Amino acid sequence: MADNSIQALVLKRLASGLVTLLIVSLLVFVGTEILPGDVAQAVLGQQATPEAVQAIRDQLGLERPAAVRYLEWLADFALGDLGTSLVSGREISEMIGQRLSNTFFLAAVAAVIAIPLSVGLGLLAALYEGRPTDKGISILTLIFVSLPDFLLGYILLLLGAVVLGWFPALSKLSDSMTFWQQLNAVALPCLTLALVTSSHTMRLTRAAVLSVMHQPYVEMAALKGASRKRIILRHALPNALSPILNIVMLTLAFLVVGVVVVEAVFNYAGMGRLMIDAVSKRDMPLVQACGLIFASVYVLLNLTADILSLLTNPRRRRPK
Amino acid sequence: MSEPLLQMRGLRIETEVNPGKKHVKPVEILKGIDLTLHRSQVLGLIGESGAGKSTIGLAAMGYARRGLRLSGGEVWLDGEELRSASEEVLCQIRGKKVAYVAQSAAAAFNPAHRLLSQVLEVTNIHDHIDPAKAAKRAIELFDRMGLPNPEEFGTRYPHEVSGGQLQRAMTAMALAGEPDLLVFDEPTTALDVTTQIDVLAIIKEVIRDLGSAALYITHDLGVVAQVADRIKVLRHGQEVEEQETSALLANPREDYTRDLLNVRRASAQAEDADRDEMILSLDRIDAAYGKAQVLWDVSVALRRGTCLAIVGESGSGKSTLARVIMGLLPPSKGQITYQGKAISAALAGRSAASRKAVQMVYQLPDVAMNPRQTIGEIIGRPAQVFLGLSKSAAYTRAKKLLDMVDLPTDMITRFPNQLSGGQKQRVCIARALAAEPETVICDEVTSALDPLVAEGITELLLRLQRKLGVSYIFITHDMAMVRAIADDVVVMRNGRVVEQGPKDSIFDPPYADYTHLLISSTPEMRIGWLEQVLQERRMEAAGN
Repeated sequence: MADNSIQALVLKRLASGLVTLLIVSLLVFVGTEILPGDVAQAVLGQQATPEAVQAIRDQLGLERPAAVRYLEWLADFALGDLGTSLVSGREISEMIGQRLSNTFFLAAVAAVIAIPLSVGLGLLAALYEGRPTDKGISILTLIFVSLPDFLLGYILLLLGAVVLGWFPALSKLSDSMTFWQQLNAVALPCLTLALVTSSHTMRLTRAAVLSVMHQPYVEMAALKGASRKRIILRHALPNALSPILNIVMLTLAFLVVGVVVVEAVFNYAGMGRLMIDAVSKRDMPLVQACGLIFASVYVLLNLTADILSLLTNPRRRRPK
Repeated sequence: MSEPLLQMRGLRIETEVNPGKKHVKPVEILKGIDLTLHRSQVLGLIGESGAGKSTIGLAAMGYARRGLRLSGGEVWLDGEELRSASEEVLCQIRGKKVAYVAQSAAAAFNPAHRLLSQVLEVTNIHDHIDPAKAAKRAIELFDRMGLPNPEEFGTRYPHEVSGGQLQRAMTAMALAGEPDLLVFDEPTTALDVTTQIDVLAIIKEVIRDLGSAALYITHDLGVVAQVADRIKVLRHGQEVEEQETSALLANPREDYTRDLLNVRRASAQAEDADRDEMILSLDRIDAAYGKAQVLWDVSVALRRGTCLAIVGESGSGKSTLARVIMGLLPPSKGQITYQGKAISAALAGRSAASRKAVQMVYQLPDVAMNPRQTIGEIIGRPAQVFLGLSKSAAYTRAKKLLDMVDLPTDMITRFPNQLSGGQKQRVCIARALAAEPETVICDEVTSALDPLVAEGITELLLRLQRKLGVSYIFITHDMAMVRAIADDVVVMRNGRVVEQGPKDSIFDPPYADYTHLLISSTPEMRIGWLEQVLQERRMEAAGN
């Protein structure tokens, strides 16, 4: 296999993704170690006599060296054993399962709205660069990105749930709901997320397309008689795909891990709220598990972006 | 005579100005150009950069580059006025009636698409030729242009073929739509001389066979003399003169044209003092970038006070050799000797004195200077570093150096972007001299400049050599330049030295094969040169 063949490049990216995850796991572990407060104390609350605290510490093995505990935790995690919650005593994988799928559902619906919308708007803005359409799109998306997401959430809540009454104010999912009912339930948080993320994606799409528009091959296309639409879609877009894919993946990552506030506003039972609760209760295994899952999603999505942009580049796909 | 195919009347083009900013005045790029071109005629447009040649070429397609607008006059193409035409009409014309061949094929092909789909795009857009027929014709054109595997060539991506092949593919792309008019904008400037001659021959042949009309834009009179029926000389957006090619070459009416014609006739008057002392020598150098070896067993020597020219095509390893001498790329094998002493291969291991002794001037002055420093800072800095001058002393020295390179001393407070290309290169020379070096390496210092400006730079370098006694290593692909200034010549090819010796022995027949190819490929300013060279080559090939 040649040094720069596509397989070798993909393997390199995968390896670097793994290394990143390892480093993140270390940071998560160290971070929870130095977090102020003590699990035993938090669990016991008022009844925290020194003896009781010591008993719990012994029971959890907190006296053993951190390095040993880290390696054990990592090994268990790799094998799919996320441990048990200190507070509830339940299996963490069980607690996370439903929450994670809720978060993915919310993120997926938001992404289905946000990504085509913002990439489309970005292309439109590039097509009409400097003209009213472009400026209108820019101003509109800027407004949405400038509003704090909780405020936007409350405004939409007011409009969609209180004034119009189309959507529920609390986004509660249950298994008995049909898909459409579920969609209806998450409509408002999805809309909030879509509006918040669309501005970045739209602006980066526009910038990526426009930077390609100054290339000589774009002028060449114009001199062949290509319309501006054809130029953008056929000549600029394929070459702007790599940065656009990157921003799309970052948006997806944000939709999965950056939804804490929106989940709180709509009281949605997702991963973000689970993690916040765990932090406030000093439920370290749960915090660590959430942290590592978030990190994995991030790394995985970025990896996908890297690999996709490798595949869209003929120079990489077919090296000389 | 029949109706002309292309006619421009008083064409004016100016920079676009934001109507909100009243104090900004538009700058005129073309100041009233008249031009007439009949079918199956070739008109050469020649002039220095900024003369408006490309702007005229694009205006023939009703196109103005970003920031420019067609502000006055008329452009008639085959009965249609383009300046007032709508965007839809222009899209209809472009590619179908008039097609464009750009200077850099590498940049003009879209890296994301295969060659054939780009060549055929024009028929795709206009839908005026049957697709199967167009594809067949494209392959015929590839074959005609001597492209390898014409059937398969179009399935490749632009990065998979060489620059010369791309340039031919672009000519095929322009011909694919069977246009009436072809605009060639410096189509061979980015190529090596040996490649240029092939592409030139093909362009000339297709123009003749298809009977298309063409505008041929170039700054090289030698090139345009081979293809054009008439030549129009331009300067500062105005016409200097227009004549039949033979008449223009024989009897230029204007001084400016005469200067252009004489540009290659400058040469150094070698004074033969005892200049046999070796100042710098490289002994059996191998060098590589990572695993890719680019220099093999290269030995060269520079005599004090002389000029050593290193010639070769792109990829021959000339610039790598300069990097090795400068210590930027430590060789994997071999020895560098400076004034009889071996010096460290890596820059970090060299003494300040040996770093000061060798300075460099680069090909592109635009990128070789910090745009946020004044000219005074740019020139003064090496004087401070290497000569230990104070800031004010360095400033005084910078002034002196500006004077030495024939620039006004008040330029010292200006920034690089306020200077012309030739002025910038003079500043770079002043900067190289600021450290009082014994040797200056000049890497293609004139190839980005217009011929007249380049000649000025060459003369300056020769004069400075007589005055300061510096030694030069001149890296170039321009044989005319070598003939003008070199004392010794090293000819390189594919990372190896193929011939070296004093200039007279290199340029005196019999030549080594490759040197002959380089010398004979340099366009000469006379009609029929191209045919003669090709004829000679055919005869040689037949003889072998």
